[in-house]
Amino acid sequence: MTVYQASDLRKGLKILIDGQPYVVTDFTFTKPGKGQALYRCRIKNMLTNRADEKVYRSVDTFESANLQERKMQFLYNQEDEYCFMDTNNYEQVTLTKDQVGDAKNYLIDNLEVSILFFDVIPLGITLPNFVDLKVTRADPWVKGDSAAGDSKPVTLETGYTLRVPPFVEEGSKISVDTRTGAYLTRVK
Amino acid sequence: MSAGKSNLWSRARIIQSIRHFFIEQGFLEVETPNLIPAPAPEVHIDLLSTQRGFLHASPELCMKRLLSAGFPKIFQICKCFRDGERGHLHLPEFTLLEWYRAEADYTDLMDDCEAMICFVTDELGLGNAIQYRGKVIDLKTPWERITVEDAFAAYSPHSLKEALKTDRFDEIMVLHIEPQFNTSMPVFLCDYPSSLASLARLKEGHPEVAERFELYMGGLELANAFSELTDPLEQEIRFNKENDQREKNGKQRYPIPGKFLEALRNMPPSAGIAFGVDRLVMLLTGSEKIDDVVSFTPEEL
Repeated sequence: MTVYQASDLRKGLKILIDGQPYVVTDFTFTKPGKGQALYRCRIKNMLTNRADEKVYRSVDTFESANLQERKMQFLYNQEDEYCFMDTNNYEQVTLTKDQVGDAKNYLIDNLEVSILFFDVIPLGITLPNFVDLKVTRADPWVKGDSAAGDSKPVTLETGYTLRVPPFVEEGSKISVDTRTGAYLTRVK
Repeated sequence: MSAGKSNLWSRARIIQSIRHFFIEQGFLEVETPNLIPAPAPEVHIDLLSTQRGFLHASPELCMKRLLSAGFPKIFQICKCFRDGERGHLHLPEFTLLEWYRAEADYTDLMDDCEAMICFVTDELGLGNAIQYRGKVIDLKTPWERITVEDAFAAYSPHSLKEALKTDRFDEIMVLHIEPQFNTSMPVFLCDYPSSLASLARLKEGHPEVAERFELYMGGLELANAFSELTDPLEQEIRFNKENDQREKNGKQRYPIPGKFLEALRNMPPSAGIAFGVDRLVMLLTGSEKIDDVVSFTPEEL
């Protein structure tokens, strides 16, 4: 386990406080007069997502949060639960709808994702940047519909709706950028 | 480049104006070495070290030796170095203005601060009020003077005594006291607890406090000043105390500056001040970050 000094604090650093993993979301360095350096941090509990503010002194030290990324495959979802399997040891883990968040728009069977764990507790998903998804519903494009411009809405197999160019038809496959949620290209 | 072009022009004019003020007041401009074999050991100031000594964190020791050598009114504008200090008000290499007066005490330096800043704003055509962070700072003198004790009594959730005992003085200062300061005029925060002023003279009749002040303007800490301690034995004891505390905090002990202690024997009663030039430029150019008033930050090199 790595031990950090207060002077190592920076945005994005993940540390352990009272046994829970936190990420530093913002911080300012101050040093009054001839006094000691103070590090005012905004931190977020990675288990509860609750934000907090702390002031650390230069003598303070922290343990790194023991976080681990594991490659997992999406199996299925049932109501508000999403089930994944570790491709190395076939271990299964369930995430809640909240933990999955917007990633639910891209979860198709057997999709490979990374899941961040704090010990055995899953914290969140990192998707591949691009996912290919089938268009399950596309209304024909009405030419001259100026309000719509040069795009039309479609619904994908995951239930996600987005705007695509007019030539995309029902039953075709498209590639979507999971970071922006936007259409990228048609795929064969 | 870090600062905007107009800020570098303002910076140059401010520094020229500071010089102009001190020369007019009969001060001698001096230069002292930046590379020194031994600093003044202080608990919370970490030096940058080289193979042949330290880069000074302040020109204080050499300037006091000049006081002892018979120069009663001196000033210097120079680069100083402090390891690990980087924030929106801090750079590890920054510009300090220091001036010293023989046969004077810290109240004379408060008068100097008022006169110098008003001189500079006048020369720059800024008048006697400036705007910073959306607020007007009235520079009409005299500026507010408040003691550390009164500031704690007014704004701190813990007593001064308790704050010192639990080593929370700085934290309370930053979180509770500094934000409460009057920003409509500059403020002198005076008479620091004696344990927090290693190089300062204790106040006559009040040995629990030292004749030290900090100048705040628009919420920024601008300067730190003392009536100087002139007793070499007492000074050596205090340096050792600072080094002991450094060691306790897991930090390096610094060598004791012997020649400075020797010179202290001949030093007249004096007062000296370290004044942050970058921060004054921030205030007078309306800059939020120290990055906005220097040509290059360390990250850009």
